[in-house]
Amino acid sequence: MSAVAAVFTQMLHLALVLAAAPLVVGGVRWLKARMMGRIGPHPLQPWRDLLKLLRKRPVMADNASWISRAAPYLAVAAVVAALALVPSFSRAMLFAPLSDLLLIAGLLALGRVALALAGMDVGTAFGGLGAAREMSFAALAEPALLLVALTFAILAGTTGLEAIAATFQDGAVGLRVSLALALIALCAVAVAENARIPVDNPATHLELTMVHEAMILESSGRHLALWEAAAALQLTLWLALIVAVFLPFGTAPAGFAPLGWMLGLVAWVAKMALLCFVLAFFESAIAKMRVFRVPEFLGVALLLGLLGAILLFVSTRLA
Amino acid sequence: MLTVLLSTLAALVLLALAAPWLAGRAPASALVHGGSAAAGAVFALLGLWALAAGPSEAMDLPFGTSFGPLGVALDGLSAWFLLLLGIAALCASLFGLAHEARAPARVLVAYPLFLAGMALTLVAADGVTLLLGFEAMSLASWVLVAHDHGNAGNRRAAQLYLVFAALAAVCLVPALGLLAGPGGDLSFAAIRESPPQGWQAALILALVVAGAGAKAGLVPLHAWLPLAHPAAPSHVSALMSAAMTKVALYVAARLLLDLGGPAQPVWWGVPLVALGAASAVLGALRANLEDEGKTLLACSTIENVGLVAVGLGLAACFRAADLGALAALAAGAALLHALNHAVFKTLLFLGMGEVAHGAASRRLDRLGGLIHPMPWTAACVLVGACAAASLPPLSGFAGEWLLLQALIAAWRVGDLTVQMLVLVATAMVALAAAMAAAAMVRMFGLIFLGRPRTPRAAGGHDGPLLSRMSLLVPAVLTVLLGLLPGPMLALGAEAQRLLTGEAMEGRAGFAVVAVGDGAAAYWPVGAALLLAVALLAVWALVKRPAASEPDRGPAWDCGFAAAPQHLPFGDPLTQPSAAGMGQPLRRMLGNPMLSVTESVTMPEPGTTAPARIEMGFRDPSFALLLAPLAALRDAVVIRTERLRDLSIRQCLMLPFAALVALLVLIAWLEGGA
Repeated sequence: MSAVAAVFTQMLHLALVLAAAPLVVGGVRWLKARMMGRIGPHPLQPWRDLLKLLRKRPVMADNASWISRAAPYLAVAAVVAALALVPSFSRAMLFAPLSDLLLIAGLLALGRVALALAGMDVGTAFGGLGAAREMSFAALAEPALLLVALTFAILAGTTGLEAIAATFQDGAVGLRVSLALALIALCAVAVAENARIPVDNPATHLELTMVHEAMILESSGRHLALWEAAAALQLTLWLALIVAVFLPFGTAPAGFAPLGWMLGLVAWVAKMALLCFVLAFFESAIAKMRVFRVPEFLGVALLLGLLGAILLFVSTRLA
Repeated sequence: MLTVLLSTLAALVLLALAAPWLAGRAPASALVHGGSAAAGAVFALLGLWALAAGPSEAMDLPFGTSFGPLGVALDGLSAWFLLLLGIAALCASLFGLAHEARAPARVLVAYPLFLAGMALTLVAADGVTLLLGFEAMSLASWVLVAHDHGNAGNRRAAQLYLVFAALAAVCLVPALGLLAGPGGDLSFAAIRESPPQGWQAALILALVVAGAGAKAGLVPLHAWLPLAHPAAPSHVSALMSAAMTKVALYVAARLLLDLGGPAQPVWWGVPLVALGAASAVLGALRANLEDEGKTLLACSTIENVGLVAVGLGLAACFRAADLGALAALAAGAALLHALNHAVFKTLLFLGMGEVAHGAASRRLDRLGGLIHPMPWTAACVLVGACAAASLPPLSGFAGEWLLLQALIAAWRVGDLTVQMLVLVATAMVALAAAMAAAAMVRMFGLIFLGRPRTPRAAGGHDGPLLSRMSLLVPAVLTVLLGLLPGPMLALGAEAQRLLTGEAMEGRAGFAVVAVGDGAAAYWPVGAALLLAVALLAVWALVKRPAASEPDRGPAWDCGFAAAPQHLPFGDPLTQPSAAGMGQPLRRMLGNPMLSVTESVTMPEPGTTAPARIEMGFRDPSFALLLAPLAALRDAVVIRTERLRDLSIRQCLMLPFAALVALLVLIAWLEGGA
């Protein structure tokens, strides 16, 4: 029975996050517009854009190689694979044994490299610029993420996401300063990885400061749809990751529990909506920073990660 | 088993001896490289067999020295590194067979000797044999570095290389002497009986880290690597980078962990962790700034050597803290990453050689768009670059996953200083891994993607079948090693036990590698399957609504006008350059580590002179280590020159004073004993 439940919850989870991803992007956009006093596009607009783009024939540059054709598929596959590993409404999904923070970071890196290579494939100025910046920002985000993972591993004894979420849900860990620092660091990394304000502005096109959009300038049709989907899925993944670790309450236990699943679903949707609101509020409240200040932003995340781990060392020594 | 090995070694030496007579005739290169390829295959098979079937009896060479007999043995650790050497040698020799038909005699003599020296170092069962092999390896590779000595840069590289080789010997000889102790028995079995203690142990640690580190390219003794690797022929630089640095790491592991390791305090591993982390960051950062393909790869080698050193150092720390299971994990991570790096770095260097042959340049700013004329090379190098960028499910990720897990678990050592150090090392290793990904994207993107930057790059071509095979074999192995780290760790159990006293038994299964009970686990096959299923599903979903083939048109490029007719590949200045791709990381992290300089010269208003930006960086080891050493050498030389002007009385005083000093020393030592 539990095996069936594992398969069922995994399928439901995948369908849920795939459906939710464009909605998350649209929802944040709509919320931001409302906060700024505009009506804003409908939250379903990204879904409509995706379906429209999927029907269109892509136009590729004359000198584009097979990298341009393969990279969007690989990028989406990598993010979907990573997303399948992040628990949402229920514990003990089918892929739970695989769900390891380092593997998720690796899969995200795979998607990032696919994107950067696609950006360089045609040999335009913007593509290379975006690729160089994307990889450099990631170089600073990765150590911060690793230190956050280290903090979790000290508390939960593993980097497995399932076990971390279960430990934090039990409440045995309690409230800790280290966890607060880890949360801030993780949020900063998430903002940078998803190219959101203040690191990059997802609403701009053709500005010298942009990162993500610069790499997909040459894509069109279904390839562009895939890139947009990958970005939306990645945003969903980071929000789901923060939810899974820091807001684990309400998640259904392992095994066959239809009522628990219903509750878990409602709780997950509510938590994701809350995070979307926080993100929209944060983005409306601050301005984009100069591109050369991004290292400072990520450096602060790294320092907070370091500080969190050091506090843990000291507190385990005192206890 | 050892008889086969020794006959292979003898055959290699004979090949080297025969090469001068054969040189100039057509089949000389074919014979030497073909023989070396066969020897490489024998090494790999013997290593694999010894790993699977267990260690063999030790054997003595039929001749000895005044220090005792010369022994060889093939235990788990030797066999692991022999396997790695064999794979690298096989691929490199195949490439040599395909491309080096007109190699000069000095290359043909030195190449098999280089191989034989490395193999002898690995199978040595006593100090003298180890040193013999190590020095043969150093000398032969020096000849190979200096082979193109008409070029002043190569001469300088060879000179620096020789200085570092001499430094390695100067450190390793007394280290082995100290390990043997007053008894003077240099066989490994005897040294293992009486591990060093006290100040001798500290001295041995310093000497071995300096000696083996100089050969492996550990910071701060890495300055020769980015100079020497580009100077050698491509297949030799592949071998130097993939195998020779690993042989040096093997020496460090053997002397520090196996022979001197038991009963050492926790700080025994700290120098390796600290220097390894520094090497990883410095190497990865420099790889992002270099604009010559092989120099870039050499810097990436510094990074990976650093990662392996971190693993070895952690293993020593864990062992000292009685955390046997974690020690085995760290040792397994180091060994696995050494093997993985050897395979994918062979692939990358040979790919770079293929590019140099096909497109006549190794400078990133003279290549571009090679994926169209060189599809085979591009595909194979892409696999290697992704592994070097540590992307799942390839081999580089498996090794780094284990290493990061060992680093994450290192807080259990308990000592606050070690905890802090390892915390910083964790961040540095993660930084290095991400910067390596940036460097690999930059390398692959600039060489193979985009538009050709020179007409010659547009006319590139893939190599013959043999050299394609030399790329394909390591590419396939890279994928396989990435999928099967568990079986490889199980095979290397004996090596882990030699290094740490425990092995990853029960935690390294066919499909899963686990850190411990209830701790993190990595399922490479599962992850690969998940990725493949996701890829297929996305493809199937997206194909249905629009099955049409993509249209082709001129690049959109934000509406830029097409380049004029005389620029068939577009305006080269609108393509990212090697310096431009390295710009963000240079600005973020270049200072103060590499003391980056940037100067912009703007023309006077009204003049038509171009604006110029000049950028450069200096490796700190030149300014902080080599320059003071050179100054010291000059000062010493000037002082010793004065000896020429001594009177006869003063000349006689010197040996007399030396005699008295030695007598006093003996009296003191006797009195102390």
